Amino acid sequence: MNDFIEMTIPAKADYVGVARLTVSGIANRMGYTFDEIEDIKIAVSEAITNAVNHAYSDGQQGFIKLAYEVHDDKLEVTISDEGQSFDVEETKKEMGPVNGKALDQISEGGLGLFLIEALMDRVDISDKAGVVVAMTKYLNRDGVDDSVDQYKPARSQ
Amino acid sequence: MNLQIQKETEGNTDKLLINGEVDAYTAPKLKDTLISLTEQKGREVVVDLSGVQYMDSTGLGVFVGALKSSQQHGSSLKLTGMTERVHRLFDITGLTDVMNIEAHTKGEVR
Repeated sequence: MNDFIEMTIPAKADYVGVARLTVSGIANRMGYTFDEIEDIKIAVSEAITNAVNHAYSDGQQGFIKLAYEVHDDKLEVTISDEGQSFDVEETKKEMGPVNGKALDQISEGGLGLFLIEALMDRVDISDKAGVVVAMTKYLNRDGVDDSVDQYKPARSQ
Repeated sequence: MNLQIQKETEGNTDKLLINGEVDAYTAPKLKDTLISLTEQKGREVVVDLSGVQYMDSTGLGVFVGALKSSQQHGSSLKLTGMTERVHRLFDITGLTDVMNIEAHTKGEVR
């Protein structure tokens, strides 16, 4: 049985840090490395920032749902809003590393989705009703030696 | 956790010391500070990032915006003291080629 954690936050930048602390706690408990936890924190923040900036028009009070599913070998995070969808395919065309681009061609806001894909192992974005970003980070236990392993928090029952 | 910005001015150079987290909530403050400085012709703006504990694409966007502003207005922008984590973000996104980034100081404790 996988553990499931859900949280709803107002679609305001004020709460990005709160969400980051939450996922950091979950990932730490699962035994991810420091760098992996930082990657997960960034990916989660990017998805939330995206929803804060694009999902709801000014004055409209919206919410963002955060769902964390804890597996033995992976963490699945789903971040969804019920606001306006954006065209995922169109946005993807504009994203990517800025390699070789002139400064004026670099979009100041276009790096978020790219970072999510670069930092997580699996990313699935749906724009059917609101935007749903589902992302997975695998827990690579092979790379951890025994001496480190014993300090891992106990698994859930 | 918040973001603290300290400014030290010496002649033509403004040095900004940034401490804390740069995200969607704190970035506007950093953006305002950087834009107002880079809009001044001839100013050298140096940003020390050694105290940055967290940064995401919102922060990268602020520096891209500040670089554009500096080129438009004839000032300069340099980033120093990046931790490996922060440097990695500039690296992944390809911004290391675009920004003026001063490498790690020799003998720095990692």
